Amino acid sequence: MNMIPPRNAQDAAYNFAYLDEATKRMIRRAILKALAIPGHQIPFGAREMPLPYGWGTGGIQVTAAILGPRDVLKVIDQGADDTTNAVSIRAFFARVAGIATTTHTAEATIIQTRHRIPERPLREGQVMVFQVPMPEPLFKLEPRLAETRRLHALGDYSLAQVKLYEDIAHQGEAGSAYNHPVMVGGRYLMSPSPIPGFDNPKLHNSPAIMLFGAGREKKIYAVPPYTTVESLDFDDHPFKPMRAPHACSACGSATSYLDEIIADDQGGRIYVCSDTDHCGENQGR
Amino acid sequence: MRAAIRIEALAKGFTLHLQGGIGFQVLRDAALTVMPGECVALTGPSGAGKSTLMRCLQGNYGADAGHIWLHHRGADVDLAAADARLVREIRRETLGYVSQFLRVIPRVSARDVVAEPLLARGTPRAQAEGRATALLTRLNLPSRLHGLPPATFSGGEQQRVNLARGFAPHYPILLLDEPTASLDAANREVVIGLIAEAKARGAALVGIFHDIEVRDRVADRTRDILPLEDAA
Amino acid sequence: MSAALLEACGLHLRFGAVRALDDVALEIHPGEVVAIVGESGSGKSTLLRVLAGHVPAQAGRVLYRDAAGDAQEIGALSEAAKRRLMRSEWGFVHQNARDGLRMGISAGGNIGERLMSAGTRNYTEIRTAAADWMARVEMDPARIDEAPRNFSGGMQQRLQIARCLVTQPRLVFMDEPTGGLDVSVQARLLDLIRGLVAELGLAVFFVTHDIAAARLLAHRIIVMRHGRIVEEGLADRVLDDPRHAYTQLLVASVLSA
Repeated sequence: MNMIPPRNAQDAAYNFAYLDEATKRMIRRAILKALAIPGHQIPFGAREMPLPYGWGTGGIQVTAAILGPRDVLKVIDQGADDTTNAVSIRAFFARVAGIATTTHTAEATIIQTRHRIPERPLREGQVMVFQVPMPEPLFKLEPRLAETRRLHALGDYSLAQVKLYEDIAHQGEAGSAYNHPVMVGGRYLMSPSPIPGFDNPKLHNSPAIMLFGAGREKKIYAVPPYTTVESLDFDDHPFKPMRAPHACSACGSATSYLDEIIADDQGGRIYVCSDTDHCGENQGR
Repeated sequence: MRAAIRIEALAKGFTLHLQGGIGFQVLRDAALTVMPGECVALTGPSGAGKSTLMRCLQGNYGADAGHIWLHHRGADVDLAAADARLVREIRRETLGYVSQFLRVIPRVSARDVVAEPLLARGTPRAQAEGRATALLTRLNLPSRLHGLPPATFSGGEQQRVNLARGFAPHYPILLLDEPTASLDAANREVVIGLIAEAKARGAALVGIFHDIEVRDRVADRTRDILPLEDAA
Repeated sequence: MSAALLEACGLHLRFGAVRALDDVALEIHPGEVVAIVGESGSGKSTLLRVLAGHVPAQAGRVLYRDAAGDAQEIGALSEAAKRRLMRSEWGFVHQNARDGLRMGISAGGNIGERLMSAGTRNYTEIRTAAADWMARVEMDPARIDEAPRNFSGGMQQRLQIARCLVTQPRLVFMDEPTGGLDVSVQARLLDLIRGLVAELGLAVFFVTHDIAAARLLAHRIIVMRHGRIVEEGLADRVLDDPRHAYTQLLVASVLSA
């Protein structure tokens, strides 16, 4: 796809990156607080965005708040740059901010993502912006938010450990293939958003800044660079990142996270890298 | 030699609030001294206060006035003034009580009932159970009953469990309330033997015996408890 | 403070015009079992809740001597410290097992939660301890993965007890532990509690309206009426030689089988 594209022309009808400056300031303050307390959820005054809840409004607001004219933006949805949502959001920012966009992880300064972290290791100066449906890692176990706030304050996460115990007792392994909770900086339990467990290790000690935005729930949280991020487990049942035991049928990678695609009506299936940019790079494109 | 028991000016009465608050005095200015190795039988008519005195002596009834000095842990302790914890300690280490009636706890076997006070004193389980079995056997309780809860035992069998429980720990002071009431001649002999051994060990015993023959064989002296003249 | 494990003095608590606790003082020593008896409205459940730190008194204080030997005033403890205490050195058995269990979590998870809370991170260790405790409360360890909603009331209570005892607490509060259970189930449960208390040297405060249970389990009995303690003392003394009019009424009202 595109190499380094020219800067787009910003639509003058909108403020830079759509949000007004006061809103951006408010969101940046929330982001600063979030970075100061890694893994802790900061409430923020989410604005109405031109797409409904559940479509990434939180991620978009975070990106909008941090975007500058020299940024290069990549947007992926489950690893792919070319799905409808990724394309729409990329086009949105190209129009309201006039910034350069890319599909190459290596070139991006900001990467907004739904449910995946790119295969290529991130570097200092890059920012990941995650779209988060439910920021509260304990929600399924304790639906009362007042109570979860208290549990976080007390550092009382036995509930999550109990859930893990239950998974192992009933299924033989930790049941969350996605959104496996992590301890950040040894203090806060965090939902890494519905990324596959396979991607959890990429959060640990990363040179990049990780920002998480939940638009419907109106929360922002963050992991600053080089922070300890550990997936919840037991000493004798350590966390194992899981991927399908196949090679990508497009590029042959045996280490990337794979999507399973039904190829024909007989139930035949092929496995392809979920990260389209990575797959393309491997194929030498 | 120090007395094992010294009762001084003991007074005990009851007020029945549910019966309009009528009160009656059972013991007034009662006194009794018992030396180690001695067995004193309380005698006197029914209802005069023998059982009341016995129960005061066990801490089951609270004295209204007076003192009950017991030799416990090398010192004289006033049971009448002792708090609950001290009474329990005294009952655990110094003061044994064989009552007529066995309070049955469901599911606890006869052997365990007997072993319990030994365990409470720190006796290792194997030893406690061994001692319990030996005593029950001596009292002619069939071994098939040792492992059963006494709830379905006959009166005589229950009494023998009670006796075993009272004699197992070798208390320095032992109170016996009708210890042979439901026993046949052979078992009465066993009890007489147990009492003699306890005396030989230096234990002080106080007993109520309706069986005059037994009383005459075990008691060194008797102490009459007479009803108070002005009892209602 | 003496060597008492828990000491309360001058406790007052009013709900409007009703004096739920009226100048209540008491103490408990390690290994002691104290029954608090009285009829509905006597204040006994309120007393238990105040002693256990669930509800603050309006006057007076509750002092607890912790495992390190330090006296802690319960009312002055931080939320975090209180929670820690309640998960480690204390236990609370609710009258209704549902209040003391997570009904959607397996028996093993329920028992193991306290251990996980205390920082145990070994799955096998947790599971072994849970199975062990199930056996000790006479439950079938093979049911370790079943949820409490599949258990009978008596078994749910056993599970609650196991859940409390797994961290070897020094003091356990029980609120009518056999209330609502069938008579035969009650008898077995009381017997179990009696055995465990003796074996573990637990101090127990338990609230009951069942005099027979009090006689069976308690070393000391406290009788409450209208928020006041009207009589207290050695258990068999209070039951066989009751002095106060109300105690006499309570004892006389017990139906003997």
